[in-house]
Amino acid sequence: MIEVRKLTKYFGTKKAVDEISFVVEKGEVLGFLGPNAAGKSTTMRMVTGFIPPSGGTAVIGGSDITTDSLSARQKIGYLPENAPAYPDMTVYGFLAFCAQIRGFAGIDRKSKIEETIERCFLTTVRHQTINTLSKGYKQRVCFAQSIIHDPEYLILDEPTDGLDPNQKHEVRLMIRNMAAEKAIILSTHILDEMDAVCTRAIVIADGRIVADETPDDLRRKSSVHGAVTLAIAGGETQSIIACLKNVPGIKSVEILSSNDGNTRIRVFPENKEQSIAESLLAELIQKQYMVQSTFVEKGHLDEVFRMITTESAIEKDIPLKKAQLSERLRALPELRSQQSQKSEEI
Amino acid sequence: MSQANPITNVSAIFKRELTGYFGSPVAYVFIVIFLLLAGFFTFNISHFFEMGQADLRSFFQWHPWIFLFLVPSVAMRLWAEERRLGTLELLLTLPVTLTQVILGKFLAAWIFLGISLLLTFPLIITTTYLGNPDLGAIFCGYFGSFLMAGAYLSIGIMTSSLTRSQVISFILAVVICLFFILAGFTPVTQVLSGWAPLWMTEIVSQLSFLTHFASIERGVLDFRDILYFVSVIFFMLYANAVVLENRRTS
Repeated sequence: MIEVRKLTKYFGTKKAVDEISFVVEKGEVLGFLGPNAAGKSTTMRMVTGFIPPSGGTAVIGGSDITTDSLSARQKIGYLPENAPAYPDMTVYGFLAFCAQIRGFAGIDRKSKIEETIERCFLTTVRHQTINTLSKGYKQRVCFAQSIIHDPEYLILDEPTDGLDPNQKHEVRLMIRNMAAEKAIILSTHILDEMDAVCTRAIVIADGRIVADETPDDLRRKSSVHGAVTLAIAGGETQSIIACLKNVPGIKSVEILSSNDGNTRIRVFPENKEQSIAESLLAELIQKQYMVQSTFVEKGHLDEVFRMITTESAIEKDIPLKKAQLSERLRALPELRSQQSQKSEEI
Repeated sequence: MSQANPITNVSAIFKRELTGYFGSPVAYVFIVIFLLLAGFFTFNISHFFEMGQADLRSFFQWHPWIFLFLVPSVAMRLWAEERRLGTLELLLTLPVTLTQVILGKFLAAWIFLGISLLLTFPLIITTTYLGNPDLGAIFCGYFGSFLMAGAYLSIGIMTSSLTRSQVISFILAVVICLFFILAGFTPVTQVLSGWAPLWMTEIVSQLSFLTHFASIERGVLDFRDILYFVSVIFFMLYANAVVLENRRTS
């Protein structure tokens, strides 16, 4: 269990991290989200013992990082941001160095290195020096370093940064496979990634936690959650709307586009948790409209992300950010329609 | 999970650093320049052959000046490079203590300097061939030179932890080392003795590498001189730990 208690960090007079507390149990993959400079990396650096906190502490499997740093660090595997590694060493040499410091010797060490090289798909580059490797390989070498001792607690700062989609997929797969017996914290600003691997998401903004829930719960906060997007061929737009308004449980109807007799409409339900798709379809078919596609919106994480991270910024310095926000809010419907178009294309 | 003992940690870092030196051209360039400079000063400035003396004083007397520029160039990358590459974060979140890392790094660089020093062995052969030198004095000179190199190195490693830039680290180290030399340099002590009381001149010159190296170079191994160099090393390495600890906080 990783227990973070009121972790605080000041840089000069600036509060970078403000009394963050949370608990991660084994079997959980915690996604750490936030805009740049929100304090994600700083928090991770404090949890791993690289920088001492100004206040509060983190307890890793019973060892306090501020008072019993060495034994806490023994239990952690850490992948720092930008995946640093010694450029003049070979992949094998680098992992051997880390394994030695992790306390493995002799045959034990060799088998650990071999196993990790295989797990991280590094077999083809094992004798290359690290500075000759591409960014994706470097990332995996540093990742290999963090799992070589099979740690109970894994802390990964942007683990898929700079990887191509295939490599991202592999790394996510690896994380998911390890999730059962480890407690994992990973930071990211890619929302799909959090969706793909995390069981829980913490959003931080300006050094404070602004949301702590599952990705699905987070998505429910989206304004389009539960809405139904329909594409209808033929028919008068106004009559379609009139027809839809007859269906019980409808709050509002939004026209996304209409040209050449093809209409795209989004229908918002009264109650987000109640499905309206069936009754909508029944009504439309009865009136003999050609329904080309229906799509029940789950909600957009990036919209929710923007909403909660900018909200907290507003509280802090009102005059400056308010103008920015109102601008964003004005642009929101536009963005929404773009996104829904995308989601339909997919 | 198995627990690594302190010796294993120090030796892991030591091995990594030392192979790092020989894996890059820096080491070979350094050794060649060191040997060329040592040879040049010994033969062309001190006229080793023309002196007709079977000892290596004309060789050792240049060491404080050669080390002044060469040792900081070895030491400057020790921390600055780790900071630049971001590997400092990796290293300090591994289960090693700061002391173990400092010791490992220092010892590796020191042994590297020792190896360069040993590569001047043809001089010993030449002297033995030409005359009948006091091998004890020669051994003593090498030992003293090695100790002094350690003192220079400890200053360099400390300044390296102060900055991300290797150039600044190098210049700082040279300036501090220069102070340690000049405090005992005859022209400086003469100026000082003109107006300062004797005890003050004495204290200042006792701070100098030159004063303590002078007797060792002659073949006199005094415990006080050894103690002096060892305490400079300890002080600087301790300062290094304090600097790193503080820079981590901010």
